[in-house]
Amino acid sequence: MAYRDGRIESDARSVPSHKPSVISSSNYMEHIISITVENKFGVLSRIAGLFSGRGFNIESLSVAPTLDPSMSQMTIVTSGDERIIEQILKQLNKLIDVIKVIDLNEMEFVSRETAIIKVHTKDADRAEALRVVDIFRANVIDSTPTTYTIEVSGDPKKIEAIINLLQPLGIKELVRTGRVAVAREPIRQAVAQTKQNVRE
Amino acid sequence: MTLTGAEIFIECLKREGVKTVFALPGGVVLKIFDMLHQQKDLEVILTRHEQGAGHMAEGYAKATGKAGVCLVTSGPGMTNVITALADAYMDSVPLVCFSGQVPTSLIGNDAFQEADNVGLSRPCTKYNFLVKDVNDLASTIKEAFYIATTGRPGPVLVDIPKDVSMAKAEFIYPNSVSIRGYNPTYEGNKWQIKQAAEAIMKAKQPILYVGGGVVFSGASQELLELAEMTQIPVDMTLMGLGVFPGEHPLSLGMLGMHGTYHANMAMHYSDLVIAVGARFDDRVTGKVSEFCPHAKVIHIDIDPTSIRKNIHVDVPIVGDCKTVLRGLIQVLRATVNGEQKELRKPWWDQIHQWQQAHPLTYQQEKHGPIKPQQVVKRLYELTKDRDPIVSTDVGQHQMWAAQYFKLAKPNRWLTSGGLGTMGFGFPAAMGAQAAFRDRLVLCIAGDGSVQMNMQEMATAVVSKLPVKIIILNNRFHGMVRQWQDLFYEGRYASSYLDTTPDFVKLAEAYGAVGLRADKLANLDEVLKQALATEGPVIVDVPTYPFENCYPMIPAGGCNHEMILEDSPELKKKQSEGKHVTPENKDTVLTA
Repeated sequence: MAYRDGRIESDARSVPSHKPSVISSSNYMEHIISITVENKFGVLSRIAGLFSGRGFNIESLSVAPTLDPSMSQMTIVTSGDERIIEQILKQLNKLIDVIKVIDLNEMEFVSRETAIIKVHTKDADRAEALRVVDIFRANVIDSTPTTYTIEVSGDPKKIEAIINLLQPLGIKELVRTGRVAVAREPIRQAVAQTKQNVRE
Repeated sequence: MTLTGAEIFIECLKREGVKTVFALPGGVVLKIFDMLHQQKDLEVILTRHEQGAGHMAEGYAKATGKAGVCLVTSGPGMTNVITALADAYMDSVPLVCFSGQVPTSLIGNDAFQEADNVGLSRPCTKYNFLVKDVNDLASTIKEAFYIATTGRPGPVLVDIPKDVSMAKAEFIYPNSVSIRGYNPTYEGNKWQIKQAAEAIMKAKQPILYVGGGVVFSGASQELLELAEMTQIPVDMTLMGLGVFPGEHPLSLGMLGMHGTYHANMAMHYSDLVIAVGARFDDRVTGKVSEFCPHAKVIHIDIDPTSIRKNIHVDVPIVGDCKTVLRGLIQVLRATVNGEQKELRKPWWDQIHQWQQAHPLTYQQEKHGPIKPQQVVKRLYELTKDRDPIVSTDVGQHQMWAAQYFKLAKPNRWLTSGGLGTMGFGFPAAMGAQAAFRDRLVLCIAGDGSVQMNMQEMATAVVSKLPVKIIILNNRFHGMVRQWQDLFYEGRYASSYLDTTPDFVKLAEAYGAVGLRADKLANLDEVLKQALATEGPVIVDVPTYPFENCYPMIPAGGCNHEMILEDSPELKKKQSEGKHVTPENKDTVLTA
């Protein structure tokens, strides 16, 4: 565990234990893969098709354009043993629209997810909801006499925790962005796994 | 120079050196066909079905090593060619398929003959394009050929909407292509090559396991040099046949499910597997957990995803087979001394023992029914001096052709390996014949699979493609029947074909020549007559229907545990004449 900004964060290398996804072998590990792709139509379905066609698992996926509008950045959270992850990385690299693939588990990284949670709130619950919002440094971004809409971001453990606390109040709607992640700036040298060296 | 999309299409093909287009028209590609009709540089071969066009382009590509080109219309034209695209994708065949599409303004509206061509072909192409603007057409076609023929080759689809083929644009053909996400590795890592050389020097029982990648890389000369220098035996995959001379003393023939006994035993007991341009398919590995238990593995392949996909690899080398083999030869030459033969003697003694214990065999009785192996063997002996191109369909006949037709050179063997597409052989043979009008092109087919693209006989006659089809006619889906005999207690569920057409009359109906060899005594004479005939010929050879293809490794079985002959029960059943005939089929099939 590491302290940053006064908040506790899970170690970037540790495996979040909140949701054991389809584990059939003990070597199964969650990996966060960061992919730079051409910003063209059809690219998302090539990536999604690769995962579904070969039976790889996608836990979450997020896409958005990068600073260079001709490229998009994807973050995929997946899981598998060493052999499966190696195949996923190689198969992604093989796609012609994929420019760069990084397995963030190979390095230190920070990841974040945002959730927007609409909570039922009756008289007394409203104060409780606000307390939870305060504890998790979340924000109320919309309010009606009977609901609060809460925005929270953090690592998946934190999101799970706030959901657990808000659940007794009654969650009306919940949307999550899926994780985005970035490698921590290394102090000495970059170890980004580029297209070239993933090919051994 | 301002040209229409259709004219740009033709100009681009010419610049890519395309000579032949296998095509079938339809509403949205008419503009392109209209332009093709008004020029003489590109030959259009009109097929009778789009699947035929696709396989012909594959046959053309496999025989020439260049990209095959086919052109189909939207909707059903596209869906019909999918099988050929999937086949080419599995077997890494360079193919550029052009499909028509409804006008851009109608895409997504469920227009007449509309299909999502790019979506349909995505999982079975190396890459695909939808050209929405005529200004992008030339550069897209350039990229399509580049992607299809470089790296690990594969099929590429270019979808051209009708309005794009009609619209005009300035024609500029790019000289080069640069795609930032696509940079195949050709040079093998030097350190890894050195590791490989060291492993080869240390190995006592090494084996070369070579596949289709060596064919496409054009590395058969390097392979020969390496094998002869190090005296290492060579196992070929189905796709690799011909890349190493079949009658060379170092050749063990084909390995795998129906490979030779000694090829599989040598693989199983080797201490070093040198895989070159092969991908450890399940038909080769059998049970993965018990595959080559004593061996280190060197894997040379241009596609990094092939490495460590099925099998653990000790020395991975990503690169072009030809380049890597050259590098390997160079390193080895410095260390290999002249005593390789002496050094390998114990290993070769063992292999020869296996070979003598269980050679490929079958029993041909002089007055009995013709055995299918005998047909292939005689065909081989009668034609080997003419350096024929041989295509096959899929099934028992394919395996017998692989076992008994010992090709001497690469690019002579057209077969559907990965996808196992019945109906591949005849159109593929026609594609090769279109590339080499003067060569002898044979298609060894089964009576089941040949019917899957029989309509192309019209194309063969009209376009003067004198392919010789030899049908091993057992009136069964023979491989299915074999599995039913071995694993389903002889219940012939939907494998008996009952009445097959009279292939002689069928050939004649198309205006081709039909011949039949009804007994062994006629076989040679009929084959010779077929070979001497000018146009396309069908030779119908009724064969013994219950012949099984051995050796056989049952699916998921271990490579050293082969079935070598029919079990006594099976032999008894057959000798009692419990054969299926039209008369007794109801009683025998339900028994």
